[in-house]
Amino acid sequence: MRHVISILVNDQPGVLQRVAGLFGRRGFNIESITVGTSEEPGLSRMVIVTRGDEKTMEQIQKQLYKLIDVAKVVDLSQNPMVARELALIKVGAEPSERPEVFGIVETFRASVVDVAANTLIVQVVGDSDKIDAMVELLKPYGIKELTRTGVTAMTRGTLRK
Amino acid sequence: MSIQSVVSSSQSREELRQRLLQPDVITGSEILLRTLLLEGVECVFGYPGGAVLYIYDAMHGNPDFKHLLTRHEQGAIHAADGYARSSGKVGVCIATSGPGATNLVTGIATAYMDSVPLVCITGNVATSLIGTDAFQEADIIGITMPITKHSYLVRDVKDLARIIREAFHIANTGRKGPVLIDIPKDVSNQKTTFIYPETIELPTYKPTVYPNKMQVDKLLAAIEEAERPVILAGGGIVYADASKELMEFVTKTRIPVTTTLLGLSGFPSAHELSMGMPGMHGTKTANYALQNADLLISIGARFDDRVTMKLDGFAPHAKIAHIDVDPAEIGKNVKTAIPVVGDVKEVLKLANLKARPAKSEAWIQRIAEMKAQYPLRYKDAEDQLKPQYVIEMISETTNGEAFITTDVGQHQMWVAQYYKFRNPRSLITSGGLGTMGFGFPSAIGVQMAHPDKLVISINGDGGMQMCSQELAICAINNIPVKIVVINNQVLGMVRQWQELIYDSRYSHIDLAGSPDFVKLAEAYGVKGLRATTKEEARAVWQEALNTPGPVLVEFVVPKFENVFPMVPQGNTLDEMIMGDSEP
Ligand SMILES: Cc1ncc(C[n+]2csc(CCOP(=O)(O)OP(=O)(O)O)c2C)c(N)n1
Repeated sequence: MRHVISILVNDQPGVLQRVAGLFGRRGFNIESITVGTSEEPGLSRMVIVTRGDEKTMEQIQKQLYKLIDVAKVVDLSQNPMVARELALIKVGAEPSERPEVFGIVETFRASVVDVAANTLIVQVVGDSDKIDAMVELLKPYGIKELTRTGVTAMTRGTLRK
Repeated sequence: MSIQSVVSSSQSREELRQRLLQPDVITGSEILLRTLLLEGVECVFGYPGGAVLYIYDAMHGNPDFKHLLTRHEQGAIHAADGYARSSGKVGVCIATSGPGATNLVTGIATAYMDSVPLVCITGNVATSLIGTDAFQEADIIGITMPITKHSYLVRDVKDLARIIREAFHIANTGRKGPVLIDIPKDVSNQKTTFIYPETIELPTYKPTVYPNKMQVDKLLAAIEEAERPVILAGGGIVYADASKELMEFVTKTRIPVTTTLLGLSGFPSAHELSMGMPGMHGTKTANYALQNADLLISIGARFDDRVTMKLDGFAPHAKIAHIDVDPAEIGKNVKTAIPVVGDVKEVLKLANLKARPAKSEAWIQRIAEMKAQYPLRYKDAEDQLKPQYVIEMISETTNGEAFITTDVGQHQMWVAQYYKFRNPRSLITSGGLGTMGFGFPSAIGVQMAHPDKLVISINGDGGMQMCSQELAICAINNIPVKIVVINNQVLGMVRQWQELIYDSRYSHIDLAGSPDFVKLAEAYGVKGLRATTKEEARAVWQEALNTPGPVLVEFVVPKFENVFPMVPQGNTLDEMIMGDSEP
């Protein structure tokens, strides 16, 4: 099962290495990882997408809590959540193909953020499935470069902080 | 010099404390020494080098600060480890950057695996040089991240006192473990006003001490129902100083006890409900009890694979209850019905208020029969000096009351089997990592923590050669450790596996070329004795016990002795080879 976990950590040098290292050495998988500031000064929030059964998820949570710099771990996928990532896709669209590409961009409520002689950069925000679908549709036009931020997420409503 | 000269006296502590607390403007090195003293450190084990020269300069002429110069950083950290395990206080070691720091790595991993509270201080190159592959630079924080409970790189001298306080707190609370503090050379020479932080603020670190009452009630209810209950007591009993509470719990609940290697000294071996050690070289009774239990209560043990053996098939009929200070241990290896998170001592105290007996009298009867039928035994011979005989002799002559450190291998298992431990913290051994070279230097640390007690270090002829250089510090400081070398001329435990599992294809286990251990000791100015027969063994051992100061005693034993019983890897606990211990 795919899980999205949110980890509140002390904003300390090396904390990313501690968390990533823990996943690596205990054989937990990381599909994506994002880090940034949080609403609390001095604390950063990491969002990690991982896979594992119930027992693995329990171990991940418990092992994370053993890191001195970890303040809180929440498995966001336990509750309704909003999960988003952003992708930049450089498409090698010839001018003749561009109307089609623009059509796809519009349907996905994405946007074109750069236009050059032989390429376009498309920016798309959404859940991972949406981005996968977009990438598939753009493939025929030739994807020159692709970069994704990885998922960031939070629970809906005011379930917990 | 005498051992007392390297252990600080505790008489003038309060006066010293007031003097140390003065808010003077001092260097990072002086802050380090003052803070260590304020944390109650009696003796530090270390080795100097370029990156810690300011720190060693600050020690120069400082009468309050006691430092023991080992001959290898590995010796220093194992000594600090022995000090910590035997006293419950934090052990401290110091090493320089680069090779000094990397020489600590085995010791840090050893302490981490066995949850031993250490604070390891390493120097590093100056802040401006970090990351440039400077002379003797090593990323020791990165290298040790998987084997430390926590670590700090000190970037600003103003943080130093706080960091040291936090390090001590983290090392010796919750599930204990080693903490590393890396101090760049320039930081150790920067000056600032010394402020010893009154309190420790670690909002993200709050180990659970007191258990959930409902979980304890659940455990007590399960006990009252149980007909074949077993307690598996681990190192947590020893580290939480919970032996008394365990004894009361066992007395009230009438549950037989098996103790892991690290838990051995936590429950008296001779008690009627003691079944000895379980697992690979455990007793037939302990393994039988685990395999037939209907309730298994693990207390401060972590279901290591040397204990459970084949996990699928371990304790197949038992409902599992697990008491541990580290929630991550619960459910990690075995499915747990009754988890209890908390300090083992606090959990047992609470449980003891209401504990009632299990329905275990028939079971206890059965266990007693098993113990009578399958005692630990070996084929003794009048004309041979067997290693097991040596351990029994040491046990009897010390009444099970000495501090014993071991190295790793067959002799370690024989100590576990044949030394009748009576006092908590009296067995110091590397269980989790199984570190050869640990036995002798750790005994030096034990002796520093207990200057007036009998400390015996039992080693194989292989492991003795991994840290024998520390004979120098026994000699020079008159540290009266009794060093035993069980010399079977081979890497015994490896030889045993090669015999039993690799059809006697002996590959690189012959230790020919080893030194004459008696002469080796004498070369350092330590008395050396040797025995090759039982008669000599008894005489020489008495002589060693009667000799003040350090003594090395070599017992020459046969090559081909095996540790039995044995559960070969891949088998379940009931599939034991009894070997020479067959009735
Ligand atoms: C540092 C280290 N290297 C290798 C081993 C693997 N090992 C385990 S027991 C053993 C043999 C130990 O031989 P010895 O010290 O003579 O003790 P004995 O088994 O004969 O009692 C070895 C090599 C180890 N545990 N630690």
